Amino acid sequence: MKRLLLALVLVLPLLSGCTKKENEIVIGEYDSLTGSDATFGLSTNKGVRMAMDEINATGGIKGKKVSIITLDDQGKNEEAAAATTRLITQNQVVAIIGGVASGRSKAAAPIAQSHKIPFVSPASTNPDVTKIGDYVFRVCFIDPFQGLVMAKFATENLKLKKAAILRDVKNDYSVGLADVFAAEFQKRGGEIVADLSYQAGDIDFKAQLTQIRSKNPDGIYIPGYYTEVGLIAQQTRQLGIKAPLMGGDGWDSDKLSEIGKDAVNGNYYSNHYTTESSDPAVTEFIKKFKAKYNETPDSMAALGYDAAKILFAALERSPDLSGKAIRDELAKTKDFPGVTGKITLNENRDAVKSAVIIQVDGNNRKFITTITP
Amino acid sequence: MQDFIQHIINGVSLGSIYALIALGYTMVYGILKMINFAHSDVYMVGAFAAYYFARFLGIENNPGITTLITLLVVSMVCCSLLGLAIERLAYRPLRKAPKLNILITAIGVSLFLEYSGQVVFGADPKVFPEVMKDFVLFKIGDIELKSFDITVLIVSVIAMLALEFLIFKTKIGRAMRAVSSNASVASLLGVNPDRIIAFTFIVGSSLAGVGSVLVGMKYPKIDPLMGMMIGLKAFVAAVLGGIGNVGGAVLGALIMGLSEEMVVAYLSSTYRDAFAFGILIVILIFRPAGLLGKYSVEKV
Repeated sequence: MKRLLLALVLVLPLLSGCTKKENEIVIGEYDSLTGSDATFGLSTNKGVRMAMDEINATGGIKGKKVSIITLDDQGKNEEAAAATTRLITQNQVVAIIGGVASGRSKAAAPIAQSHKIPFVSPASTNPDVTKIGDYVFRVCFIDPFQGLVMAKFATENLKLKKAAILRDVKNDYSVGLADVFAAEFQKRGGEIVADLSYQAGDIDFKAQLTQIRSKNPDGIYIPGYYTEVGLIAQQTRQLGIKAPLMGGDGWDSDKLSEIGKDAVNGNYYSNHYTTESSDPAVTEFIKKFKAKYNETPDSMAALGYDAAKILFAALERSPDLSGKAIRDELAKTKDFPGVTGKITLNENRDAVKSAVIIQVDGNNRKFITTITP
Repeated sequence: MQDFIQHIINGVSLGSIYALIALGYTMVYGILKMINFAHSDVYMVGAFAAYYFARFLGIENNPGITTLITLLVVSMVCCSLLGLAIERLAYRPLRKAPKLNILITAIGVSLFLEYSGQVVFGADPKVFPEVMKDFVLFKIGDIELKSFDITVLIVSVIAMLALEFLIFKTKIGRAMRAVSSNASVASLLGVNPDRIIAFTFIVGSSLAGVGSVLVGMKYPKIDPLMGMMIGLKAFVAAVLGGIGNVGGAVLGALIMGLSEEMVVAYLSSTYRDAFAFGILIVILIFRPAGLLGKYSVEKV
């Protein structure tokens, strides 16, 4: 009897996962709801949920309600892959909205590709992500562009000659940005005086920074995530390094200033959108987001929102709910008026759009300039 | 030369934090011959205890010696209670079970604390209260000695000296050494091993509490998984110095801190951990029991 009960308890959740409702379109989403870059996942999820509530309030897609199943990848590549498999095989989703981190998209997207389920990543900027296959899309720009933008800004606007790089060696995103920045900075006549690395989860960066200090650079490029960047910024200033710090969209979180305090002020990063924009699409989005969640949306929330909206638009146009039909419609996305700019998906399934440079000033994000491709 | 001395200061400061955590591993191993994997998570809970208590008292933006001491005490008390609870609920029922069962239980307790920590505290990093102002205490040439580094060093040294006194100069310390040497004979002589083991957990865990406040002060980012890497390194430090040996844990931790720092400074930042752990392998080849550990033949 005990055994029978145990078997039932183990099997029941599997059975319940298989039920499929006819009047619903089920979309899968996985993201880092826990783990060290949890604010990315939580923000993206808020953006996606908001898009879902909006479309359901206006009658859904072709009269069917949209329901989104969100799984947590705990910030781990293997969990992202497991979540994707579960969404496709058990929940039988028609499409997947992937997570933020590039490394995790690289683990998850091949599974979606092999099942021919369209995969839209909101914010994975590593170039290799969409090379996985023709079912993999993204609504953000790619690393080469972010590295390029910052190198351009560093040489033209900040007039830097010597730069140092501190990269997160375990993170595909960080390595990608650093490589492109280094190449472009040198092409523009600058010199990379030090190229050092750390690992996500480290708390002490003084060894690397002491070495950077001895090279006396004009600026330091740190394309990492906000948790480490906050600590790095503090330790940089503790060691008496005054050079400006630069980074990518991985800096975009309120936690950056909370952890880094005054040390992060005055530094620059490239980003997808700015809250200071006067574009009605942006102001409307910020207003609705604030009303719903009582906080200012960061760029991950904006990208999550855009990813969901683009997917909904493709579903609306698609003749049926087969993976192939949805994929073809996604590929046709052109000049979509998103919060993060006009989005066109090119033949590589990457979004073509502009980037902005932001300066950190306490909890404010000062808009400095827009750089177009 | 100036950079070299700066690297030494950084390395010693990092090493003394590893030492505080390594001591907890080594004490429990010395007395129970088990590796308490949950120790690094006790350390994590200590940091959160200090964080919430500082917010409760409203002293999170009130740096100074009183804040430091209050938080140290709070964190030590919480860690000892947690250590005691873990020992009582998870390890004591397994006292007579094979060693492997206790080891696996320890890993289980560790995972339990890490993941329930994510549920209770939230997974996103928290900012540790400002315990102390960081300022330059004195300056020799271009080398600056900061208040953080000095505080970490002073508090660590006091904690370690207190431990040394406790183990070698007090009655309960003698009982600890007796239980460590042979628990059944010690019990024949009127020592209650269960009480001594519980006491060891209290002492080891409160050292983790001290470590957590010092780390929080120096690196003000705490999250439920913060114990993983630092715990692993402290554990390695304990093995390196000879697990079970209190002086060895401190020596091993200093070697770990300094070698990590020097590898980044003069070899490669990418292979920092590979080099640091490589040193461990080399030392263990020549001294299998660790630097100060006694090599004993396992009696079958």
